[in-house]
Amino acid sequence: MQAKLKVSRYDPETMGQGQQRWDEFELDVHPNATVLDALIQIREEVDGTLALRCACRASICGSCGMRVNGDAKLVCKSRIADVGEEGATIVVEPMGNQAVIKDLVVTLDTFFDKVRQVDPYLQPDSEPEQGEYVASDESMVNLLTAMNCIMCGACVSDCTVLEVDEAFIGPAALAKAWRFVEDPRDDQRDARLEELNDVEGGIWDCTRCFKCVEVCPKDVAPMDRIMEMRDMAIEAGNTNTSGYRHTESFNKSVKKHGRLDEARLAVESAGYTNVPRLIDLAEIGVKSVLKGKMPPIVPHKADEKEKITRIFEKVESERGS
Amino acid sequence: MYKHDVLIIGAGLAGLRAAVEATRLGLDVAVISKVHPVRSHSNAAQGGINAPLTDRGDDWEGHALDTIKGSDYLADQDAVEIMSTEAGDAVIELERMGVIFSRGDDGRLGTRRFGGQLVARTFFVGAITGSAILHVLYEQALKYGLNTYEEWFVTDLIIEDGRCVGVVALDIKTGELHSIWAKSVIMAAGGAGRVFEPSTNAIICTGDGLALAWRAGVPMMDMEMVQYHPTTLARTGILLSEAARGEGAHLLNSEGERFMLKYAPQYEELASRDVVSRSEQTEINEGRGIDGNVLLDLRHLGREFIEDRLGYLQEVAVEFVGIDLAEQPIPVRPGVHYIMGGIKTDVDGATIVPGLYGAGECANVSVHGANRLGANSLLDTVVFGRRSAVHAADYVKSVDAGSGSDEHLKATKARMQSIFDREPNENWAAIRNYMANEMTKGIGVFRDQSSMEGAKAAIDDVSARVPKMSLQNKGKVFNTDLIFTLEMEFMADVAKAIVHSALTRKESRGAHFRTDITERDDENWLKHTLAYQDTDSEDGVRVETSPVTITKWEPVKRVY
Repeated sequence: MQAKLKVSRYDPETMGQGQQRWDEFELDVHPNATVLDALIQIREEVDGTLALRCACRASICGSCGMRVNGDAKLVCKSRIADVGEEGATIVVEPMGNQAVIKDLVVTLDTFFDKVRQVDPYLQPDSEPEQGEYVASDESMVNLLTAMNCIMCGACVSDCTVLEVDEAFIGPAALAKAWRFVEDPRDDQRDARLEELNDVEGGIWDCTRCFKCVEVCPKDVAPMDRIMEMRDMAIEAGNTNTSGYRHTESFNKSVKKHGRLDEARLAVESAGYTNVPRLIDLAEIGVKSVLKGKMPPIVPHKADEKEKITRIFEKVESERGS
Repeated sequence: MYKHDVLIIGAGLAGLRAAVEATRLGLDVAVISKVHPVRSHSNAAQGGINAPLTDRGDDWEGHALDTIKGSDYLADQDAVEIMSTEAGDAVIELERMGVIFSRGDDGRLGTRRFGGQLVARTFFVGAITGSAILHVLYEQALKYGLNTYEEWFVTDLIIEDGRCVGVVALDIKTGELHSIWAKSVIMAAGGAGRVFEPSTNAIICTGDGLALAWRAGVPMMDMEMVQYHPTTLARTGILLSEAARGEGAHLLNSEGERFMLKYAPQYEELASRDVVSRSEQTEINEGRGIDGNVLLDLRHLGREFIEDRLGYLQEVAVEFVGIDLAEQPIPVRPGVHYIMGGIKTDVDGATIVPGLYGAGECANVSVHGANRLGANSLLDTVVFGRRSAVHAADYVKSVDAGSGSDEHLKATKARMQSIFDREPNENWAAIRNYMANEMTKGIGVFRDQSSMEGAKAAIDDVSARVPKMSLQNKGKVFNTDLIFTLEMEFMADVAKAIVHSALTRKESRGAHFRTDITERDDENWLKHTLAYQDTDSEDGVRVETSPVTITKWEPVKRVY
């Protein structure tokens, strides 16, 4: 089978930072060949200067995260026949949101600094006198979803929040945090939730864009873990955040009007006592008015809004709240 | 200048377990690895970790005897006794660190059966046991703030007055060489599967630790004992865990027959790995294979069970060969998986070079002998990783640091420069691929004098070509061309030790099965082979032997 690859190149010793060169390769490959097989073939037979990381070839070590046709993937489990139309050129680039060292190799510091931030180790108050901790199999199987994470960095690469906010702890590290929050053997659950709730770049900074869920090669679904931690943080009493106020205001508005009261949502999310933020909002408000983009102060009511209110009432009564 | 009490080479299970122990003992510890710790090949251990837990009815002697029988009586029984008696605590400790082992209904650790044992004593996490443990040990490393030299490649050990006192290493990201001084060095650099092709091993498993210690005078012991795993994918060699058979999967030949019933009536598919691999190869050789494979059949286990207990296997089958294990049997064949041989250590991890310790796959204590039982490798790493750290920690109390001289660094720099300066000539990849194919041909599941001599001729050729390797990449930053060239030098040493050890052993035992001498010969060969580097001899290697330690289990005929 023929494969065509277009590979991003960067050599810090001969090129300026941020520069990039594209090299194209045509290869004869096995029908089951992966993108990694092709890159190895290039490295061994065509161009020994090509830099990439890889080790296990079996989607368990997490070394070979790269962007293939624009999305972060493990190239070892991306079969050439599956990644694009037959005969089409496959575009391989380094992962995003992490500085490129050379060619397809990015720094590991970005990823692991964030992992360190969540105190990623079990913190029990005491150990059992004898033997192992007793815990239900379900509680352990539950953790497997996050334990499947091989720290490949695909979610960090394609996280749309990290693109604009370097402080965001990010999907992988937050999924790691979830693994300890949910572990019945860990005794720092509340402290962890409080920290993740309060810290800059914590659980409320995710925009729910689904990108990490899409690109994760191990089905960790980091965004779902983050959303679960938001609920847990609220239940644990962490309500003094713009994230919580945003959720409450959003619900209240939709329940009452059947649609979003955007002006009020902004103010209520900030909090009525948060003067600096309110001053910021006032400024944005003035600009919005001048550009004719100010949402109505009194929101329009949705047609049949009673039906929406009834949905809320039904859900609330089922939840017993 | 970099200086530590204990420097550990390799950040897989053995290395990290050693590091955690030495750190707890209050020493200045560092780990150096050519890859980030969580990329280490311990990840690829799928099925589980063995431990006889005495508080739930198992006994350590049962595990020890299974291990010794599995080893075809080549294991040193004092070492096995230590491993079996320390196993329970080692596994419980991992659980307490945070490993999320599978559990029973009572909320306590659950087990599955594994090969060469009739008792279910293998603790596991789905089919990602190695990965689950490695990540937890890395968490512990973060907890203790362990120093790590990540993506640093060790080029040389520093030996002064016969003692190991540090290493010279290349920072792969910058291309700069540095000396790192340490009062003791623990070699935990993993296996050497890349000497063969195909192999289940990662591309990083190039025997660096074996060769580094060998060059310092440590013998490689029982290197002819190369494990062929019974269930690997053709072409790529990717592993499908023994856990499949542990959970009830069958092996079928082209006639749909469960052929293991005739080779191992009692243990069936769960006989020792050497036995199952030979049975498969016999079926294939006698015309009952399918394109050089037999079939691994999980269909009767049902989709839900497969996905719950063997999810990673299903992922591999679907993603790599497009086979749904719940619907279709998958073609498998024996493939190189593990090297029982390694640098000779005592039960405390010490080698004959003071200050140099060894643990994990690169070492040989020896607990695996001529054939390792599945799920004993993880156990080996944590038990002997810990022990080597304890004894290295004790050793450093009584010794001074090395000289701090820059002559070692200068010598390595000169050697590197000479590689950079070579005119275009041999390429590491061409030599590697040639060597690996010849090794698989000559040192296979079945071998004989002529096949092994064929491998020797190939290795002689490789030895002549290795000094001519030149670089295409002359840069400094992340120059993997240079790294692979240095790895090829290491692999050539390992291959040489394997071939010469294999030619020395004139019997069949465990993984070393000779079709020209098919019987085990306890009278003459109940002994270890020891391959030393010997620059005075024509082949650069000298093979000696040493006795096997027998404590209470006299060798008997091995039947499964």
